[in-house]
Amino acid sequence: MSELLIKNGYIFDPISGIKGDKADIAIKDGKIVDKVSSKAQVIDASGKTVMSGGVDIHTHVSGPKVNTGRMMRPEDKFFRGSYRGGIIKQGKRMEMGFSIPSTYKTGYAYARMGYTFTNEAAMPPLLAPHVHEEFRDTPILDQAAMPVFGNNWFCFEYIKNKELENNAAYVAWLLNATKGIGIKVVNPGGTEAWAWGENCTTINDPVPYFDITPAEIVKGLIETNEYLGLPHSVHIHGNNLGNPGNYKDTLDTLRLAESYKAKNKFGREQVLHNTHIQFHSYKGTSWADFESGAKEIMDYVNANKNITCDIGQVTLDETTTMTADGPFEYHLNQLNHIKWANVDVELETGSGVVPYIYDKNIKVCGIQWAIGLELALYAKDLMRVHITTDHPNAGPFTRYPCVIKWLMSEKARKATLDTMKWKDKVIAASNIASMDRELGLYEIAMMTRAGPAKALGLAAIYGSLVKGADGNVAIYNLDANDLPSDPELIEAAFQNTAYTIKEGVVVVKDGEIIAEPHKYTLWTKVNMPENAQVMHDIKEKFTKNYTVNLENYAVFDEHVHNPRAIELDVA
Amino acid sequence: MPKVIENVGCPYCGCSCDDVRITVSDDGKDILEVENVCAIGTEIFKHGCSKDRIRLPRMRQPDGSMKDISYEEAIDWTARHLLKAKKPLMYGFGSTNCEGQAAAARVMEIAGGMLDNCATICHGPSFLAIFDNGYPSCTLGEVKNRADVIVYWGSNPAHAHPRHMSRYSIFPRGFFTGKGQKKRTVIVIDPRFTDTANVADYHLQVKQGHDYELFNAFRMVIHGHGKDLPDEVAGIKKETILEVAEIMKNARFGTTFFGMGLTHTDGRNHNIDIAISLTRDLNKISKWTIMAMRGHYNIAGPGVVWSWTFGFPYCLDLTKQNHAHMNPGETSSVDMAMRDEVDMFINIGTDAAAHFPIPAVKQLKKHPWVTIDPSINMASEISDLHIPVCICGVDVGGIVYRMDNVPIQFRKVIEPPEGVMDDETLLNKIADRMEELKAKGEA
Repeated sequence: MSELLIKNGYIFDPISGIKGDKADIAIKDGKIVDKVSSKAQVIDASGKTVMSGGVDIHTHVSGPKVNTGRMMRPEDKFFRGSYRGGIIKQGKRMEMGFSIPSTYKTGYAYARMGYTFTNEAAMPPLLAPHVHEEFRDTPILDQAAMPVFGNNWFCFEYIKNKELENNAAYVAWLLNATKGIGIKVVNPGGTEAWAWGENCTTINDPVPYFDITPAEIVKGLIETNEYLGLPHSVHIHGNNLGNPGNYKDTLDTLRLAESYKAKNKFGREQVLHNTHIQFHSYKGTSWADFESGAKEIMDYVNANKNITCDIGQVTLDETTTMTADGPFEYHLNQLNHIKWANVDVELETGSGVVPYIYDKNIKVCGIQWAIGLELALYAKDLMRVHITTDHPNAGPFTRYPCVIKWLMSEKARKATLDTMKWKDKVIAASNIASMDRELGLYEIAMMTRAGPAKALGLAAIYGSLVKGADGNVAIYNLDANDLPSDPELIEAAFQNTAYTIKEGVVVVKDGEIIAEPHKYTLWTKVNMPENAQVMHDIKEKFTKNYTVNLENYAVFDEHVHNPRAIELDVA
Repeated sequence: MPKVIENVGCPYCGCSCDDVRITVSDDGKDILEVENVCAIGTEIFKHGCSKDRIRLPRMRQPDGSMKDISYEEAIDWTARHLLKAKKPLMYGFGSTNCEGQAAAARVMEIAGGMLDNCATICHGPSFLAIFDNGYPSCTLGEVKNRADVIVYWGSNPAHAHPRHMSRYSIFPRGFFTGKGQKKRTVIVIDPRFTDTANVADYHLQVKQGHDYELFNAFRMVIHGHGKDLPDEVAGIKKETILEVAEIMKNARFGTTFFGMGLTHTDGRNHNIDIAISLTRDLNKISKWTIMAMRGHYNIAGPGVVWSWTFGFPYCLDLTKQNHAHMNPGETSSVDMAMRDEVDMFINIGTDAAAHFPIPAVKQLKKHPWVTIDPSINMASEISDLHIPVCICGVDVGGIVYRMDNVPIQFRKVIEPPEGVMDDETLLNKIADRMEELKAKGEA
């Protein structure tokens, strides 16, 4: 029976609506409770900001393509690793890498920023055991992973034939087989087309051979998701990512959700989460007249409550891009001609990895930076707009404190803008220079824990300090009533917590790892009757097309680290 | 009643076949029958239930003989020597599961030593090329379902990966390749007329050591300079080069499989580098992928596991305690051994005594040498300490990575000989013992 009392902090908890009131937070046996006995360990949080543990809704931290990035980029360690004059060993294991950190650094670095849960953004089902092996070796963080469905042959066929129930049974089976949490869609149809060297750049481009369009795939998966009532909604990286003029394709994708309502028991309200929306908010016809489409996109998101998004903020770093959008990575490589890795995965998906340098002296990079911030600053409901860097695609997650600084301080934005070689062109192509909005701590809490947790359908466990939630707490060295005028101090406070508490255990103190308690793998367990047709189809495809036997495909129980199932019943 | 176990993974080559059928005796100790396996795989399963398996660690005595000792003694001895050594090296891992490789990473991080795997003497040059040029690849099912042109360059699967051609590349009928071999064009590029060349549509008998030139010739054709080729390049006639290049350009989906015929001939990593460049060129006009023919069933494993642990796939220097370092040439096993930098050697899941150059083995032999391996081999016979372990895929399960980096979950089919530990348990015990000794100040 362990008890912990966090006294006198300024509490920011959007789920319960607490906006900086001075109060105490009590934790008993790993859960938030109303009160604890006098024997409880006490942490004095007076003059400090207290939030629930951070929740990352979209980050590539575990699995095959992340690891391909680590493997093919030794220079990410040599030149950009934080060891040079940086971190000495704090936890049990050494920390390596900058844009694609080792699993140990991933766990420790998130914990130091006050995060306790991450959602791995793309798990190729065939390679699921790899993701789970990395979870085992990522300390502290609770983790989940979304299998990718947007280029899956089973889904293509069921959706094309309008067999919703079969598609649902297949999705439920795959979530169980891979221990996944929800439905991820990456460049629907486009990655399958890439297996023949082609792409789908609009929602109406037919997928070669399969005679289905991205629009049909997305609608079919939204229907499937709501039929099952999964905790999270469909999580989309749409077609035509990263190209000038793509905001129209993005609006087309978002409109696909128009007729749908969320149906679930987890408090989720959206039916579509558009991830890293910055990469999908581009106007112009070429890189020469490239400009921001943030206003158009955010006007639509603001008006439609059944949509959530995360920003995918460009952080102006050298980083490593990686996505299941195989054709995009090839395309990007044709722009920068650095090394290129690609892995097409049989029947399911593909992926690519390309290093990328977001140079503040390149006009387009400056505009991309502006677009991400504009999206957040145009947003009316920050519970529906979350902070991410699409780690590591727009920048490493370790830059979240810097993103928070930019959002909280116009001065900080101006200072960064002033360092850009093509500042005037960036200003001309965006509205960033005219935006004086500065977000507060409550809004940051919405964007970094409450909003993502709600969108994931996990707000009863994470992202909240309400009674019964996991005792995950971040205490920042920030006096909410007297915020520093120097924005760098805001960044510093979010970089290293005064305390991070995971299930009632202090894991970080004064920015240093001091404990590595157990962690969970979250997944969605759908209880539904077995579907004979779907099981027949699965057996057939494994006999004829896969190169791994069906019986070896589902992740064995012994390879799932400390599972924690979110259960739901479908009649 | 004998029991049939299906869907068993085979612990031999990089094909990591997972469709083996094993018939096990009543008591779960004997393997009676092995099906769906090549000749080599069969022998590994048979060896697993051999009555001659080593059951206890064996310590070299002053008179040169080996004496059985307990696992506890072996663990303590290894832990103490690891802590005492300034630059211990643990090398091998072709034949261990990923759980063992992760535990090995923990051991060498605590010991502050060097950690390397068999890639250092096989596909290390491929890693060097990947560092420079990337790796446009795919899973083997993509080849099976889509590929209409297959190139084997410097590899001979007919002998080294016996089921590769039938399971993945030339013969299987996949989704878009319903006619199997009939609709596939097979190109073998090898200085020898191998058994693989024997089934090819084209065998290009490249002059030994001149692969780079031939790659360059293909790139010239792809870039539109075919007519500038000399009459012959690397022993191949200009017309043949133009003809084969045309096939490559017109492929719907092509794959190049390359082996140690490229990594261990003149050019080494440069051969792989230009092979990747050719693949990149071909993707401008067609769809092409490339794949290393990794040798053992889990030799891709340590590269994968250590990349997520430390960020480097091989040649790891963990002596700096706070960060890892990799610099092949400086931190590669054979180079260190030749310079006599290593003052303790652990050979695990391989046979360095058989595979390393003799002068390197002689240097390593000057210092304490531990072999962790189920079998008697050359390394075990020159060791100071030989610790037997389970055989992955036979008496212990675990995850392994196939040559295309797809994780395959292996099964245990028989009980290990009584008392024999698996790699993961053994290595974690060594790590625990080192932590204990360090805490007591005995290190």
